[in-house]
Amino acid sequence: MDWVNGIVQGVLVGGLFALFATGLSLIFGVMRIVNIAHGDMIIACAYLAFTIIQLSGLHPLVSLLIVIPIASLVGYLLQTAILNRTLGKDILPPLLVTFGLSIIVQNGLLEVYSADSRRLAAGPIETGSFPLARGIDIGYLPLLTFLTAVVVVAGLQFVFYRTEIGRSFRAVSDDPETSQLMGLDNRKVYGLAMALCLAVVAIAGVFLATRSNFDPFMGPSRLIFGFEAVIIGGLGNLWGTLVGGVILGVAQAIGAQIDPGWQLLAGHIAFLVILAIRPEGLFPRGAR
Amino acid sequence: MQEVTRATAASRFALASAIVLVMVLAAAPYWGSTASLRLLGEIMVYLALASLWNLLAGFTGLVSIGQQAYVGFGGYMLFTICISLGWNPLYAIPIAALVAAPISALVAVLVFRLNGAYFAIGTWVVAEVFRLGFAQMSSLGGGSGLSLPITVMREMASTKAEREALIYWAALLLGTGSITIVYLLLRSRIGLALTAIRDSEVASSSLGVSITRVKLLVYVAVAAATAMVGALVFMQKLRIAPNAAFSVTDWTAFVIFMVVIGGIGTIEGPIIGTLLYFVLRQFLADFGSIYLIVLGGLAILVMMVAPQGIWGFVANRWGLSLFPVGYRVKLQAMPAYNNGKENEYVGRNQAHRDVAAARRNR
Amino acid sequence: MSDVLLEIRDLDAFYGDAQALFLLSLALKRGEMLALIGANGAGKSTLLKSIAGLVANKRGEIKFQGRSIVRRHAFEIVAEGIALVPEGRKLFTSLSVEENLRLGGKVRRSGNWSLDAIYELFPVLKDKRNVPATLLSGGQQQMVAIGRALMSNPELLLIDELSLGLAPLVIKDIYDLLPKIVQNGLSAILVEQDVTRALRVASRFMCILEGRVSLEGKPADFSRDQVTAAYFGT
Repeated sequence: MDWVNGIVQGVLVGGLFALFATGLSLIFGVMRIVNIAHGDMIIACAYLAFTIIQLSGLHPLVSLLIVIPIASLVGYLLQTAILNRTLGKDILPPLLVTFGLSIIVQNGLLEVYSADSRRLAAGPIETGSFPLARGIDIGYLPLLTFLTAVVVVAGLQFVFYRTEIGRSFRAVSDDPETSQLMGLDNRKVYGLAMALCLAVVAIAGVFLATRSNFDPFMGPSRLIFGFEAVIIGGLGNLWGTLVGGVILGVAQAIGAQIDPGWQLLAGHIAFLVILAIRPEGLFPRGAR
Repeated sequence: MQEVTRATAASRFALASAIVLVMVLAAAPYWGSTASLRLLGEIMVYLALASLWNLLAGFTGLVSIGQQAYVGFGGYMLFTICISLGWNPLYAIPIAALVAAPISALVAVLVFRLNGAYFAIGTWVVAEVFRLGFAQMSSLGGGSGLSLPITVMREMASTKAEREALIYWAALLLGTGSITIVYLLLRSRIGLALTAIRDSEVASSSLGVSITRVKLLVYVAVAAATAMVGALVFMQKLRIAPNAAFSVTDWTAFVIFMVVIGGIGTIEGPIIGTLLYFVLRQFLADFGSIYLIVLGGLAILVMMVAPQGIWGFVANRWGLSLFPVGYRVKLQAMPAYNNGKENEYVGRNQAHRDVAAARRNR
Repeated sequence: MSDVLLEIRDLDAFYGDAQALFLLSLALKRGEMLALIGANGAGKSTLLKSIAGLVANKRGEIKFQGRSIVRRHAFEIVAEGIALVPEGRKLFTSLSVEENLRLGGKVRRSGNWSLDAIYELFPVLKDKRNVPATLLSGGQQQMVAIGRALMSNPELLLIDELSLGLAPLVIKDIYDLLPKIVQNGLSAILVEQDVTRALRVASRFMCILEGRVSLEGKPADFSRDQVTAAYFGT
């Protein structure tokens, strides 16, 4: 029963990984850039929530009402002021600039908040659970995280394929020259995509911080988990990314059952195996 | 009337001074203190890492943020060879390269499947796998690591001073050797192929240059050399643990900052960047994380304002080239062509920068 | 307000590092259809792209409805009332036919063109409204590209290579619809490989040779030989 329980919990953690991944997938889809600081922004949002909660006493989930708009605004400004200037055929500038940002965010957080690990207290839902079967308890918080991931993916899917801004995202991604002939200012469209990405990052950060401890240097591994979920699921497919997150979560859970030291290793190995046998991911967009 | 040449007055002067400088540095164990020897050894390590990463990212377009995989791997090779075989630690340096090469070729098969930007994170995942994997090996100390027993170090030389000198000379060899090899590689047919790839992948594939083969070759060569540096680093440190061996900050972030600030895609850039890094460190090291923030900020600033870095800026401004990899055609019959400024046409090196600049100006 | 819609004076434009247009001048009246002819690489596309704002490296003056647009961005120029049908149609591959058209109407200028009006002009598109635009035939794709440009309700329509790569019957269909496309006083500049056809529909033409105007006027005023000479520079 331990095994089944471990796998069920792994599926639920997969929702969190999907939250790490969708923002990454979104901006790669629109701007063809990979933000190395993505994981650090997740952690920065966790700290932002931490400060807001300390000042106001709000519940972590309520604090999202403040964290999301601030993160989105920062995302928009970051894109329009800095990242837009690095876009071009050469992949080096955006990679290196976001890599620099990653180091700055980590060490900035260290300066402000120290290296102590923190956690957001979410009250009763944090520890509460209901039994699904004998030996399998579903925690309210992990379940809520997973459902949030489903809602976020469905929401992004809707925005991308059913709204005017989503049309703009796809058009700019398809052909950034012709899109201007439609009256689109690519720089602003990119800014909006990053704002949307950071809204998801804020959600990911707060959920991460309610379920586990966090410290300033946790960002890079969140980036890696998100990246692995994207590649496993298949580039450009948001539902695939959710499946990718679940596969990663289950792989880690299985690894942890074997030996606690194998938890992360098992996740990475699952990723490498899929890269070896199906480099385009399980559900590549083109195959639909 | 024209004459094709690679050398310039500056490059001839640079070569002469480099030879003198290397000779002075080689004599350092006879004139320097233990502390200065260690500092010089560390500078050499970073010179090697910076030149190698620059070859990978700046000249070949393989932006890896997982080179710590090979630094740590080389370090663990040293410990394996010393502890289980009891050999002279210096032998571990070439052996690390020989073992790292086939392993990096296997890694390449996987990570080369990832598109340029995702390749970067893919290499990072591999480095994490290495870190977590070595942490599982209890014979190598597991997660807490282990120290190199002094008995093993005595295999190298009996006195401490002799050992320090030997380690330093190995560092000097790796530092200057990396720069020289990158330079010679860029002057060879491979260098030509790299330029072609950088300018246009489509064009170079139609010229019959096998892009994947050249990239694979460079990736494996850089990994092998990086593993040698890793073996040396942990000979200096005498202690290894997974987190230090596979540290992205120490072995990749600092290196990237050095190369970017000094000038990516130039041979001189990593040298300038490494020296600048050590100068800044003298003033800012006490501030710890502030130092990293300053370096990161400086790298971002350089990338946005002068993407060719300090050296690119200087070279463009004064037309300098200390390591001429291109050919210069001295035109004597067409003074009007270049407004009589400098009576030569700067070949590939300049073309490089023009392409890079044009790309960035868009 | 004068009846000159577009006025270009002494335009130099660059394609990459190479200069593609040299001191080109042009005046287009409201309601006029100008055919732009010339050999491959003469600079016709560069001229259209310069007007639309896609070529940034240029000097000289371009005035539209009396306002200078030479320094404006492409996305601002659309809002002023200039729409370009780009060479090769350049439909958005991940958008359906209707999404392509809707995006064309994003600037929301007022006028007669709407989704319904486009479907009335090209009924075949209505059945394929939800099909990815790139799965259409070449002729239908050109209809989408024209419809997408019209959706912005432009005052000036720039069409780059209307018939390139299309079957003769399809070309005829599209040319038959041209009067309907440029109704209500819409002005147009048409780049066309098929000189005979272009000169038949245009009220005026301009021939470009190596970036410079080699002949200009009403089609009826020149013999075929004169046009050929200007075209090839013989």
